[in-house]
Amino acid sequence: MPPVLEVRNITKRFPGVLANDQVSFTLEPGEIHAFLGENGAGKSTLMNILYGLYQPDEGEIIINGEQVALHSPLDAISRGLGMVHQHFMLIPTVTVAENVMLGKEITRGPLLDRATASKRIRDLSEQYGLAIPPDALVEDLPVGVQQRVEIVKALYRGADILILDEPTAVLTPQEAEDLFKVIFSLRDQGKAIIFISHKLKEVRRIADRITVLRRGRVVGSADPQTATEAQLATMMVGREVVLKVEKGQAHPGQVVLSVQYLTVIDDRGTLAVDQLSLEVFAGEVLGIAGVQGNGQSELVEAITGLRSAISGSVRLLGKEVTNTASRVLYEAGMGHIPEDRHRHGMVTSYSIADNMVLSTYYNDPFAKGWVLNSAAINTNAATLVEKFDVRTPSIETPAGKLSGGNQQKVVVAREFSRPLKLLIAAQPTRGIDVGSIEFIHKGIVRQRDEGTGVLLVSAELDEILALADRIAVMFKGKIIAMLPAVQATREGLGLLMAGVTNQQSVTPAPDDLDFAIAASPDAGANAPEPPQAPV
Amino acid sequence: MSRAPATTPSRAAIDWRNVFFSVLVPILAIFTALLIGAGIIWATGANVAAAYTGLFSGAFGGVQAISNTLVEATPFMFAGLAVAVGFKCGLFNIGAEGQLAMGAISAAVAGFAITGLPTFIHLPLALVIGALGGAFWGAIPGFLRARTGAHEVIVTIMMNYIAIRLTDYLIKGPLRDRNASAPRTPNILESAQLPLLLGPEYRLHAGFLIAVIMAFFINWLLNRTTTGFEIGTVGANPGAARYAGISITRNFVLAMSMSGALAGLAGAVTVLGVERNLKASFSAGYGFDSIAVALLAKSNPIGIIPAAIFWGALRNGAGLMQLQSGISINLINIIQALVIVFVAAPDIIRLIYRIPKTGDQQAVFTRGWGS
Amino acid sequence: MKPFFNRFRVVGLVGIVFAALLFWLVAQQVPWEAFSTLRITYPGARPVDPPLLDIPLPTLITVLIISLGLIVGGIYTMLRQQAQLIPWYVGSIIFATMFTILIWASVERRVDIVDMFARMVRLATPIALGAMAGILCERSGIVNIAIEGLMLTGACVGFIIALLAGNPWVGILGAMAAGGAIVMLHALLSIRFKTDQIISGTVINILAVGATGFMRTAIILPLQAQGNTGASLPILPIPLLSQIPILGPILFTHQPIAYAMLLLVPILTVLLFRTPWGLRTRSIGENPRAADTMGIDVIRMRYMNVFLAGLIAGLAGAWLSLEATFNFDDLMTNGRGFIALAAMIFGNWMPFGALGGAMLFSFSDALQIKIQSFDFALPPQFIQMLPYIITIVVLAGVVGRTRAPAAVGKPYEK
Repeated sequence: MPPVLEVRNITKRFPGVLANDQVSFTLEPGEIHAFLGENGAGKSTLMNILYGLYQPDEGEIIINGEQVALHSPLDAISRGLGMVHQHFMLIPTVTVAENVMLGKEITRGPLLDRATASKRIRDLSEQYGLAIPPDALVEDLPVGVQQRVEIVKALYRGADILILDEPTAVLTPQEAEDLFKVIFSLRDQGKAIIFISHKLKEVRRIADRITVLRRGRVVGSADPQTATEAQLATMMVGREVVLKVEKGQAHPGQVVLSVQYLTVIDDRGTLAVDQLSLEVFAGEVLGIAGVQGNGQSELVEAITGLRSAISGSVRLLGKEVTNTASRVLYEAGMGHIPEDRHRHGMVTSYSIADNMVLSTYYNDPFAKGWVLNSAAINTNAATLVEKFDVRTPSIETPAGKLSGGNQQKVVVAREFSRPLKLLIAAQPTRGIDVGSIEFIHKGIVRQRDEGTGVLLVSAELDEILALADRIAVMFKGKIIAMLPAVQATREGLGLLMAGVTNQQSVTPAPDDLDFAIAASPDAGANAPEPPQAPV
Repeated sequence: MSRAPATTPSRAAIDWRNVFFSVLVPILAIFTALLIGAGIIWATGANVAAAYTGLFSGAFGGVQAISNTLVEATPFMFAGLAVAVGFKCGLFNIGAEGQLAMGAISAAVAGFAITGLPTFIHLPLALVIGALGGAFWGAIPGFLRARTGAHEVIVTIMMNYIAIRLTDYLIKGPLRDRNASAPRTPNILESAQLPLLLGPEYRLHAGFLIAVIMAFFINWLLNRTTTGFEIGTVGANPGAARYAGISITRNFVLAMSMSGALAGLAGAVTVLGVERNLKASFSAGYGFDSIAVALLAKSNPIGIIPAAIFWGALRNGAGLMQLQSGISINLINIIQALVIVFVAAPDIIRLIYRIPKTGDQQAVFTRGWGS
Repeated sequence: MKPFFNRFRVVGLVGIVFAALLFWLVAQQVPWEAFSTLRITYPGARPVDPPLLDIPLPTLITVLIISLGLIVGGIYTMLRQQAQLIPWYVGSIIFATMFTILIWASVERRVDIVDMFARMVRLATPIALGAMAGILCERSGIVNIAIEGLMLTGACVGFIIALLAGNPWVGILGAMAAGGAIVMLHALLSIRFKTDQIISGTVINILAVGATGFMRTAIILPLQAQGNTGASLPILPIPLLSQIPILGPILFTHQPIAYAMLLLVPILTVLLFRTPWGLRTRSIGENPRAADTMGIDVIRMRYMNVFLAGLIAGLAGAWLSLEATFNFDDLMTNGRGFIALAAMIFGNWMPFGALGGAMLFSFSDALQIKIQSFDFALPPQFIQMLPYIITIVVLAGVVGRTRAPAAVGKPYEK
């Protein structure tokens, strides 16, 4: 059988970057072809070229034996390509049916024919086992279902080739399993699938063929049956990766952070954190695992003073600090690496020097009374740039011009530059290069060894497993399990992250340190009366 | 880790290449607008040369003309600074008009109602009261924006209309000078008058000096103090400001109060330096012109000095232009609008004159209804 | 702990205090035995004709009932704490206040309320049309605060064309063309040059003030001096329908642009929510990239919708110079373009909601005009402030419970 898609010598340059360099591959019908590579390896660029969003500088694309030029997504769609983007391309405020038919509407006269559209969608979702409600608003659907809407969008347009860009990034392990079933069903009905990921395990699990990209080049292919994870990792990164962070035994001290029956609502007014309790001890890393959107962000915001809790209490070093201003918390010894460095962590238009004093600018020596002291601010920045290996042309460079990893190092450097008792690290290595990840991980462990209590929130299970001394699993606003890291397994945590608590392997074992807060109703029975505020 | 040439300037150093490019665009914008203005003059059949020489000599031909230009420029300087302070905090203050009116009426009341004080107390007092009047009027939209999310653009415009009605009521009602035929407030006392700088035959008053000093002060405040750091952080990234423990509400109110106070001073110096009283038909279009001045200066406080003088020159020279060529004074408004079209969209100028892009992009930014 | 004063409690409390103050204020001025009479006239009746109905109301007791109603509403809002209650409560406070002022001002007088409501619809025309223009732009992701300037330009050019042609109908076309032409500058600046859209809109407002001022002195005044005149658009009562009591005068006895507004609101609703064009428009305002990947030309659609909005804003301007009067004055829009945006926000970017918002403002305008002829305790300037104060109250009370299109104000880059 001829390949449905053949890509020959694709090259794409951006100013200063060679995103794709002579990339070639083929795709057979009924095949799952996985592309493995780090962030920035050129996977997304390649897929955007296939989908007509970028034009290649060199090279050719052959679909069903015919050389084609794809100038727009419309061209790609008409050639039978469909793409499920990492960030969903959905309109949250309109219905599933409207989302699916957008751009290729079914009409009766001048008006939209929603009934026929719904029927088409129901038929499609039955054929491939997708189960989506055509008349629901997309914003009301869980992430996994939204992703299936994306798949139906492609199928509705008659796609034979489906590109899935990091599809499991936002899913629970169980949702990912469901997705894999859908992918297998699509393959069995003759669709060709390109599956992009940087996760070794799932690629080995579902791919028929693996192509590894590094720095815009194809560095090799592998057979998922025979290649080991270590081999794939080496191909992907180009050197032996230290998958484990060197760290010794934790020596937990007294309680630095104590959260009791904390309840927080999110921006839309729904309950995000539900009567949650936890404690962080000096000299340990408590890792909070969980799929994104289970209240982790709101929990962190409530602890750090960025969002007010509606009931419950937060104590820092034994002092009541519920709903206290962030500045007071910082001055009491809290550090915070926020989950979104662009939204919270830095001002991209400010220089590195200014970002390094973003929360301390008013203190001596950075300010003398009302007046800023440029010399002290610059000295501080020069020292931290040196110490944290921030790669920058100068301390005057606007932070926005640095790479993601270096930006994150600026944030980390600033937080670590104060004496800390408690460090809240939310997604501290999201979207940055391996070198910076290693550096930041080491920094966090060093903080722990110096006696700081660390609360680590991460969606990356590997990060949690590498850093945490104790692991709490957060699901729907509650901590549903708390266990020592040594007892944790990927599989067990995966199930817990999906809300499955009645398993043998990770039964929470309460003792003096590793207590469990079960989601049972009597957990809050002998609690101090939480003030009732209507939600 | 060597210093790269094209980074934004630090607090201390001046990057002359950047200064050159940031001045080049406004100058070319003015040039292009005047060129189009010439086209309009030509189309209406008037004499372009006569119009523009009239405009120039009306603005700068002799000490009297220059004095009048600077008098015209003074309120624009204050009001332009007002808008610039708002921009720094990410707020778009279209309400200079109303704040100016409130400042004018407050200063007028302080000028005629408080008696028996020597100049060195009465004059500063009247200025401060004028500034407070404007600050109060500016603080309201700042507070509403911070607490309720009501967008300051619409609220400040509504506050303009309310201020105009309110001053109209006050001038025609409780504050009216019963001895004057036209509705106006009583004249301010001599002890509250701003001294004339060039003697009685010229109108140039000390308000101009205060405006220039204020520009340097605001520049220092915004760039070298913790207050400026806070306002700038809130303006550039409110999320980061919250994270850094900087209160958004406080800085929104503070920035809008400062902005209002500056606009109030524009009104106060006009009453205390030029008009000596407040008439019913007092303010005309300062609100929008102040935005134009701030944009022309790219919201840089020092840049506002030449920008305001240019604006004052256009206004002051317009009379002679009309006299010499018969073209309507309103042509000036079109030229002014074109200038800010080109300043607001520098890419147009870059396109026309093939200027390369420099490091700094948008000097000012505002936010939509959402956040 | 969560602060006691959440939005609901603040709004409720403000409403309750306000209602009590309102009653107290009226009670200071009006004796208990005073009556106000609301009159309902026959369609087309002259002032001397007998009324269809006279409703005598004991002034102070009515105000008391209104205040008590507002207090109950306030308590309800504080207790129920539902997001959708706030626009309703804020809206009723405003209407109740205006109604109170109306009967307060008409103590021992008769007020023709059918006429008031007819006037409300008429005066809502430019605001509602401006709001429709705003909805078109913002639903496509473009903030348009230039509506004020577009209306002004439309009014000016429309009037010039009408003077030249001697026919107001031709003037309407001129006004729409002018709105469409000027708005393309905003489109160009904000779509092509990615200028901050609020700045770009402000620039156009300034340009409009300058250009219309210039055109008035350079074209309109000379034309009028040469004796060019004309008449405003005629009232076209719809046969039969206009004879229905109450509804006839309110809805079916209007001039053409008012009818156009009344038609445009439902048409735009259907277009936005029931047609492919509407679906695409809403998607480019919410997530332009998603629309782009589905083959929708985001840039082209934005240009098109902004252009259509310009035509509508021009029509709104024509109302000022060709329908309300036959004249053009400097700055004659008087903030209506900005009020239109407030109406749009009040109506949650929905055409009918925006019409409701427009009516809120136009009723206060109608009230102010009505009361000006009365000898009334409040100075006229304060009554004139009403629409502007209401705009602020509406924005402060409603924003946050409404939801702007997600991508509004952000330039789209491929």
